Amino acid sequence: MSVITVDNISKRYIIDHKKGKGGTTLRDMLAENVKSLFGRKKDTADGGLEHEEFWALQDVSFSINQGDRVGIVGHNGAGKSTLLKILSKIIEPTSGSVRIKGRVASLLEVGTGFHPELTGRENIFLNGSLLGMSRSEIKKQFDAIVDFAGVEKFLDTPVKRYSSGMYVRLGFAISAHLDPEIMIVDEVLAVGDAEFQKKSLGKMRDNSASGRTILFVSHNLTAVQALCNKALYFEKGRLLEDGETNQVIGNYLSKVSKTKLVRQWETPEEAPGNDKVRIRRIELIPEMREGQTHIDVRTPMRLRFEFWNLMEQANLNLSLHLNSLTGECIFNVGTQSKSYSKGLLAGECEIPGYFLNDGSYTISVMIVKDTVTPLFNMEEGITFDIEDYREGIAWYGKWPGYVRPQFPFVMQTLEQGVPIK
Amino acid sequence: MKSEEVLIQSGRAERHYWRDLWRNRELLYILSMRDVSVRYKQTALGTAWGLIRPLTTMLIMVFVFSKIAKLPADPGVPYPLMVLAGITVWTFFSTSFTQISNSVTLNSNLVTKVYFPRLIMPMSSIAVSFIDFLVSLGLYIVIAIWYKFVPDWHILLLPAFILLALLASFAFGLFFAVINVRFRDIAQLIPFIVQIGFYICPIAYSSRLVADSQDWWAPIYWYNPMVGIIDGFRWALLGEQAYFNPQSLITSIITIVLFLSFSLTFFRKRENTFVDDI
Repeated sequence: MSVITVDNISKRYIIDHKKGKGGTTLRDMLAENVKSLFGRKKDTADGGLEHEEFWALQDVSFSINQGDRVGIVGHNGAGKSTLLKILSKIIEPTSGSVRIKGRVASLLEVGTGFHPELTGRENIFLNGSLLGMSRSEIKKQFDAIVDFAGVEKFLDTPVKRYSSGMYVRLGFAISAHLDPEIMIVDEVLAVGDAEFQKKSLGKMRDNSASGRTILFVSHNLTAVQALCNKALYFEKGRLLEDGETNQVIGNYLSKVSKTKLVRQWETPEEAPGNDKVRIRRIELIPEMREGQTHIDVRTPMRLRFEFWNLMEQANLNLSLHLNSLTGECIFNVGTQSKSYSKGLLAGECEIPGYFLNDGSYTISVMIVKDTVTPLFNMEEGITFDIEDYREGIAWYGKWPGYVRPQFPFVMQTLEQGVPIK
Repeated sequence: MKSEEVLIQSGRAERHYWRDLWRNRELLYILSMRDVSVRYKQTALGTAWGLIRPLTTMLIMVFVFSKIAKLPADPGVPYPLMVLAGITVWTFFSTSFTQISNSVTLNSNLVTKVYFPRLIMPMSSIAVSFIDFLVSLGLYIVIAIWYKFVPDWHILLLPAFILLALLASFAFGLFFAVINVRFRDIAQLIPFIVQIGFYICPIAYSSRLVADSQDWWAPIYWYNPMVGIIDGFRWALLGEQAYFNPQSLITSIITIVLFLSFSLTFFRKRENTFVDDI
């Protein structure tokens, strides 16, 4: 059953550029047209204002079924938050319509409406009723909320005296105890410590297990992957893709990544670096099989890194970081530190096949002096994708994990037949 | 939990707006209580301020207008009582007018983050001034007892005048609240309006002085909708000796009804765009 049906919505903003000086004041407004106070904003240029249209969302249509957990991904300014605000009834679309069946709770912020002067107890009631809970519901959940947030001792302290961690925990605890049919969540998990994030993600998963529909915007793709079964990918106000999470995120990442396996600079003057070292070349060399066009999980690779050492004599070593596109470091390896004189140096690192899982990765290389002083860090020197490859497996879901090793793992028969009647 | 369908569309006035408003009455209560309990936090004198303000204003006005300017009170009415009655209703009107005008902008953090019928903001902002009003009215009663001044049957009409003052503040405040979202000029303008209002309304003086006046501006005076309300309020408290022209009350009622319906329409029309302008 579809609980949210979005039909062709668009949201336009009109940005006023001033031709003359001064801000938008009542005087300009009166100079414009008193009538337009009553009507919608006009998009024709008049008075001292020059209007420019900006479409935050354009012709977006999709529908969401009951119990779906939908992740919304896209860059900043792609229209994700605008969409959530329309679904939350905070802003209205310029055109198109949305049908929602069921009670909606939207969490666009942790601790909406918290008043710093009020105590934790008072704020629970304030925030709870802003999110649509009745007083009796709040009373019923009160102990659970306080317990989840772990703020028993500070219930009667004004929240302005709370640590930022406590504040966030209390805010999230209240929203976690809402009982809506549809939950709209914007980035709230981006706050709080890792432990609490885990707890709140778990809570949200429990919620969805009970048939609740969840819409979730986050830059944390790992969280989207962990939580959501469907995803929407937005770019510049348009819905580009709507489908199964891993597929959508994979496409999102491949659009983001700029696959370029060699970068080279001819002279030290134009090369990145500083007065001590300058980069000459960074290259990823995959050992492709015959007929292979893309790097996949089987492919061994070598990373070659060349740089000019401009110092007379120095103890140098290289340190390589391989990161996932979401920014997590998969591994870090370093070379031995040795003394080198002025000249062109090279380092090479081998990454075996059947090691990295499919995904997008970036490599950063750091030049280190005396094993402790970083001289230069070539951040995101190379960005590349690894495709999936499977043989003899009839399962096509996303292979979990960061690495894809083929460790010896065998099965054998110990006994024929089972001695149970 | 019943599932009901919500349709979100451009320019579509919420069909269930008034029912939504009723459903959110708990939120109205909680927001009112928020303002009330925040009001005197971290003040040493606390709610005593609600008494100190009208009392000092009255004392100053009695001194300036009665002792120095020698303005006459209505015959048979103690001047301090007349002034205090005027201050009480005027302060109620002007503070709730000010609070309502600023209610949407002061709650901008809510407007951008959560949906609820926006009328709740101006409505909840009345609570603080109403409580101050009750305190001030209590002060009036104490002073009336001191003067051994016993009100007559007119006092039964007092609630009607209180309601009128409230509706007046709502009618004007709502309009400014909407404009304030777009133009913060309003926040500067309001104290100014209140200050002018204080002099053009019969607070320090009795409307009888104007009624007896032959000046050209005297007829204009009666177009001020607050005149009927303040005179009526005083009349309810002080009885027949206080000057009250029922004609001015009719002006007040007509103005308020017209302006209230205008402001409500205006507010409802604009409330969906608050978030874009705030």
